Amino acid sequence: MSRLDWRRWLPTTLAPFVAILIAAAISSIVLIGSGKDPWRAFSSMLEYAFGERTGPASMVDMLNRATTFYLSAVAVAIGFRMGLFNIGVEGQFRLAALLAGAFGAATFLDPVPGPIRIVLVIVVAMVVGAAWAGIAALLRVYRGVSEVISTIMLNFVGGSIFAFLLTEDYLGVKQPGSENVTTPILPADTWMPSFPFPNTNQRVFGFIVIAVLVGFGYWFLLGRTRFGFDLRASGMNPTAAVASGVDAKKMIIATMLISGAVAGLVGLPGLLGRDHAVTTSVAGFGFTGIAIALLGRNHPVGIAFAALLWAFLDRTRIILDLEQIPQETIVIMQSVTVLAVVVMGELAARFSRRQQQRSVGRATGETTVERPSVAVAGAGVENAREGS
Amino acid sequence: MTTQTLAPAAEAPPAVARARRTRRLLLLVALALVAISAVRIVTGATDLTSTGAISAALAAAVPIGLAGLGGLWSERAGVVNIGLEGMMILGTFGGAWGALTFGPWGGVVAGAVFGALGGLLHALATVTFNVDHIVSGVAITLLATGLARYLASFAFTDIGGGPTQSPVVPSLPKWSVPGLGWLAGIEQRGWFLVSDLAGIVRGALTELSALTVIAVILVPVSYLVLWRTAFGLRLRSCGENPKAAESLGVNVYRYKYYGVVISGALAGLGGAFLSIVAASIFREGQTAGRGYIGLATMIFGNWRPGGLASGALLFGYTDALQLRRGSESVHALLLFIAAVLAVIAVFQFRRGHRVVGIVSVALAAGALLWYFTTDQIPVEFVRAMPYVITLVVLALAAQRLRMPAADGQPYRKGEG
Repeated sequence: MSRLDWRRWLPTTLAPFVAILIAAAISSIVLIGSGKDPWRAFSSMLEYAFGERTGPASMVDMLNRATTFYLSAVAVAIGFRMGLFNIGVEGQFRLAALLAGAFGAATFLDPVPGPIRIVLVIVVAMVVGAAWAGIAALLRVYRGVSEVISTIMLNFVGGSIFAFLLTEDYLGVKQPGSENVTTPILPADTWMPSFPFPNTNQRVFGFIVIAVLVGFGYWFLLGRTRFGFDLRASGMNPTAAVASGVDAKKMIIATMLISGAVAGLVGLPGLLGRDHAVTTSVAGFGFTGIAIALLGRNHPVGIAFAALLWAFLDRTRIILDLEQIPQETIVIMQSVTVLAVVVMGELAARFSRRQQQRSVGRATGETTVERPSVAVAGAGVENAREGS
Repeated sequence: MTTQTLAPAAEAPPAVARARRTRRLLLLVALALVAISAVRIVTGATDLTSTGAISAALAAAVPIGLAGLGGLWSERAGVVNIGLEGMMILGTFGGAWGALTFGPWGGVVAGAVFGALGGLLHALATVTFNVDHIVSGVAITLLATGLARYLASFAFTDIGGGPTQSPVVPSLPKWSVPGLGWLAGIEQRGWFLVSDLAGIVRGALTELSALTVIAVILVPVSYLVLWRTAFGLRLRSCGENPKAAESLGVNVYRYKYYGVVISGALAGLGGAFLSIVAASIFREGQTAGRGYIGLATMIFGNWRPGGLASGALLFGYTDALQLRRGSESVHALLLFIAAVLAVIAVFQFRRGHRVVGIVSVALAAGALLWYFTTDQIPVEFVRAMPYVITLVVLALAAQRLRMPAADGQPYRKGEG
């Protein structure tokens, strides 16, 4: 069967779009149910995001949000592709952002020039994220503790450490004229340069470049390296991977460390590009990342679209207030979309598998193959662990 | 795997083995009680066994235990349910809305029904559509968060609440075992062991919310249904070996649905407890990860009702201490933790697990050092304590845990 056989790629490519249509339909039903006109809601959302007056500022904001979402989702997706569930991006990125932010503002770094300091901040964040994820990896490899549970527990522990360190006794300072405790403000030469955008004075995070690089690195690592091949093989069929010489323990540790290192970057676009200090409100992107990774089917480009879609929905929720529609409708749209994408993905994979089996059946003279138990090449992949 | 489970049975008849296990367990509990009492005398941290602390511990344990029971029902049927958190969130809304609309008992029912609907969705995704269990669970938690806010904005806005909060809900009756008033006097005396027992008994048997009693009863009921009925055997067989179950004529899909829907109802009940009993109000985010903790208690309870109940009590206890002069109480508890770790170390050395033994000794020394170098523990660490304990317990005991053999694995009828 050729690689470009339509049975193989068409269903799985179409599935996300069908799913989004289904999600839009369900959201419309919800809106109609609460006595609102879905068409007006959607068009005012689009108007707010891309219209002449509010469009430019909205688009910058969406790009900036999507940058953060993208990094978080890639961190999750790296684990997903090998069947590891890093639910702990939340804890990893919060600790990483806090320590990197405090490090970047530390006085002993004063003689270091800004650009080098930015690099150091990024390195510290990646190391901290990887270390926190590494605990879960070690527990999994040496003590057999499921990473799902350990990363969830580590989220809570990380949250406590974050709250403990971000006090005036340790890493925090009170900003003048405010009661909020934050890390000291980064020196101005450590602020990341940003890009202008036509028709608005809002600026696009410079970190978007790094997010694109991370996406490219993710694609290259998975699709073009031996490591990536081993990783995907371990995700699709761990037994077969081990039998063909993949060191499962090493793979788990390496994957978790990489995932954690990328997770460490999640807090940096906001830190280096907008806030220049870590506040207690640096939170919540970890779970969003899981949803977006699922939505983007773990594919580097798919995740980018998913992150933009998510950012669009997040940005335009405020406009719903003007239409007297509860903002919570957006959260329902987002989660229904994720569920629809996941279910459609599974159905598409099943459909494509059956079509492939049919065609093999025809080719071998068995025309009545309904549901053979023998898996055909390329059919062993299942559900969300698979990329599109 | 089969040989492993059969091995103890070959050594001694099951009844004898069970009696021996029970005796050992009772001995451990008694020892722990003596140790805690000694710690209380030495440190003067009276809240370790006060009536208030024990009843707060029980109240904190109930939602966690109900979520854990929910996890048990689902995973025994072979479906990993990480959506417990979401089903609990639905339960908190359902409980508050039901209680405001139909009275407190209506709230209990509504909480369970809302949770069950979440379970139904999870079953639909995982059993019918074969979606990965973790993925579906995460998505359901996400959906539940939004749905609860959305529904709350309709249900509570006109009656003095809003999307994130409900008005105060009517409360359930409270029950006490009569004739225990005299225990208060004994508790006041501060006698070694006797006063501790008085505090514990009084805390555990008086001023109980009706839902607490129901939750406690549900633990043995779950055991009896799952391990002593044909229904339970069939349900568990779907979690152990669905193909074998199928070959014996069990409708695996249907039993998985039963397990996951009951699981959702139990988690929803836990949510209803939070909004009706614990807080008397629905508030966004009030589950605070208890669904996940319930899952953790089920795991270190080794997928057994008794184990998860003790896990829930452990969590509830640290949770409750936190609220009652937490920094001092948990500081005193460090001494107890050091003692327990030392005992574990002795056992591990005797069994020849040198590495685990050394780690335990090191942890015990660390706890001791911490106790003597400080006067109290920062409140953030107190809050993290249950999670750290879970991680340590899992790290030390994970190899001895055995989850249902086909837990989390996809199953299609007629394939294989």
